[in-house]
Amino acid sequence: MAVSITDHAPGTADAGAELPATTLREMFRCMVLARALDERMWLLNRAGKAPFVISCQGHEAAQVGAAFALTRGKDVTLPYYRGLATVLVMGMTPEEVMLALFARATDPNSGGRQMPAHYSSRRLKIITQSSPVGTQIPHAAGVGLAEKIKGGDAVVWTSFGEGTTSQGDFHEGINLAAVHRLPVIFQCENNEYAISVPQHQQMAVRSVADRGPAYGIPGISVDGTDVLAVYEVTRRAVERARRGDGPTLIEARVVRLTAHSSDDNDRTYRSPRELQSTRRSDPIARFAAYLHEHDLLSEAEERELRAQVAAEVDAATEAAERAPLPEPESLLNHVYAQS
Amino acid sequence: MPEINLLEAIRQAIDEMMAQDERIFVFGEDVGRRGGVFRVTEGLIDKYGPMRIIDSPLAESVIVGACVGAAMNDTRPIAEIQFADFIAPAFNQIVQEAARIHYRSNGDWTVPMVIRAPWGGGIHGALYHSQSIEATFAHVPGLKVVAPATPYDAKGLLKSAIEDPNPVLFLEHKKTYRLIKGQVPEHDYRVPIGPADIKRPGEDLSVFAYGLMLHYCLEAAQALAAEGVSVEVVDLRTLRPLDVATIIGSVRRTSKALIVHEDNLTGGFGGEVAALIAEHAFEQLDAPVLRIGGPDVPAMPFAKPLEDAFMPSPQKIAAAMRRLAAY
Ligand SMILES: Cc1ncc(C[n+]2csc(CCOP(=O)(O)OP(=O)(O)O)c2C)c(N)n1
Ligand SMILES: [Mg+2]
Repeated sequence: MAVSITDHAPGTADAGAELPATTLREMFRCMVLARALDERMWLLNRAGKAPFVISCQGHEAAQVGAAFALTRGKDVTLPYYRGLATVLVMGMTPEEVMLALFARATDPNSGGRQMPAHYSSRRLKIITQSSPVGTQIPHAAGVGLAEKIKGGDAVVWTSFGEGTTSQGDFHEGINLAAVHRLPVIFQCENNEYAISVPQHQQMAVRSVADRGPAYGIPGISVDGTDVLAVYEVTRRAVERARRGDGPTLIEARVVRLTAHSSDDNDRTYRSPRELQSTRRSDPIARFAAYLHEHDLLSEAEERELRAQVAAEVDAATEAAERAPLPEPESLLNHVYAQS
Repeated sequence: MPEINLLEAIRQAIDEMMAQDERIFVFGEDVGRRGGVFRVTEGLIDKYGPMRIIDSPLAESVIVGACVGAAMNDTRPIAEIQFADFIAPAFNQIVQEAARIHYRSNGDWTVPMVIRAPWGGGIHGALYHSQSIEATFAHVPGLKVVAPATPYDAKGLLKSAIEDPNPVLFLEHKKTYRLIKGQVPEHDYRVPIGPADIKRPGEDLSVFAYGLMLHYCLEAAQALAAEGVSVEVVDLRTLRPLDVATIIGSVRRTSKALIVHEDNLTGGFGGEVAALIAEHAFEQLDAPVLRIGGPDVPAMPFAKPLEDAFMPSPQKIAAAMRRLAAY
């Protein structure tokens, strides 16, 4: 079995050359949409309309790059709470995202039962997420195990933060997937913080990817602010998984552009200098520059795209706000499935 | 009808269900070549191969967690926890995940899986091979908890559990595995999850039990019959959902109630049954509701005198029955 750690994962140029311009623009649109929705959620939070927000800001390239390497409607995802951009690519609509934010009855994620950002949609093969971190990692291995038992060729993709890799479920899940060469991709989105705890107090290795070889699988560290680099690394992991060669551990190095959540104030543990420098790693600005440089998107086209996205976010917000709240009597529904 | 023991009944249920439904697989420690430490899955790997009778890594959280994921990908997993005492690392996956997924997804996802766990004491298993775990898990909505006492019930209930669209914790009392034999029909049948079963009808007092204690209660009831006391013995069989109607119906007839389990008394399942009786049969009661349970020590010790002192016995149960009858 090939085991390697790639410090220099393939870069933008490799994948950018291969993907059609329409796909590149669509990737960009997804990133911008995720950001715009996310920013709107914070505004709604500060306006007292949404009790809780947790962001994907800074993680967009890692998520969009990875999700574009998956096949919608076929592959299964288990995205953690920062996975807004992931679920948008997999087919969730902005309105559905907003329905969850406002805890509306028609929210497809949970009907307003869970906090926002606990994604789920059976139709989209997005497996329901809980709050205890890392529990989805054994699930991902199990979805892969079932796929192997059934002889199917779907790939399973799950995401989590670097702090979560300290959980036992990280070890147990990856180990099982490695033992049986299951078609699972484990994406760690390393933003260097678990709420306030920095990476060096979480682990003694430099990169989460260093752990791959310990499980007998490839561990790949990639610049997670480079959407095309993540796409390329994930595309290879998908191929490997579909071939039956087993799982891959991918560390996407990202930045957390916001506080941990709307209940956190990161100025209490991040210096002003650091907060400034993370801004310089904004994955959306980076991809916009790439697209302009390669004449794949003009400034005017970008303005138009952003205006369209803003209108979409407005419409989603308004529709979701109008949607009804769950009826109190529905509290008792769905404790057990009926046969 | 052939007579088989409880362990064989469980194996037959797994075997017959696996032969019919290729989505079913078994996942647990040593379940493959070894056939499980108790030999429940003996021979099944030869029939169904290593992709359906799978030796898991020694890691309980992923035994349950992977089955949760597999259940959501159109398979029907049967997880085996080698001893119920080792279920604690999987607590999070059972309680926070398996039991909540249907509810938290507003009915979108279901987790049809069985978690088999050998439990109970009286087998020189000491602190970590004797535990009762039913009260902890019966507290959890979204989970079903089954604890059969006879081969007939074990086979029929396990088949129902495998077909159930919900996660079912299936508790197999270790001491009953080979000790308890009974007639099991050759035709395909089910015992539904939910209903209790009156294993011995009686008039003077009602006794509620499950697992090994059911048999100790039947033995004690036999002794009391010789003394002219007619004891009704109710096998709860399913702890969640609990058959409240049968419990209350029995107490309304006999006016006296005793609940017996091995688990520690405080916070044990008997407390729930006693509360239901107090709530729904207060007017009919002629005596205080009695409970027998293990003492409130952390777990069952190894040395025989200590183990005996912990375990409820037919003698201790008979003594409580006499007290109640005389009240
Ligand atoms: C088991 C568990 N312990 C604690 C928490 C509280 N908590 C929520 S997110 C979080 C930090 C997670 O950090 P990381 O895995 O790096 O992901 P990030 O939020 O940085 O993307 C903590 C401690 C939790 N949700 N689950
Ligand atoms: Mg982090």
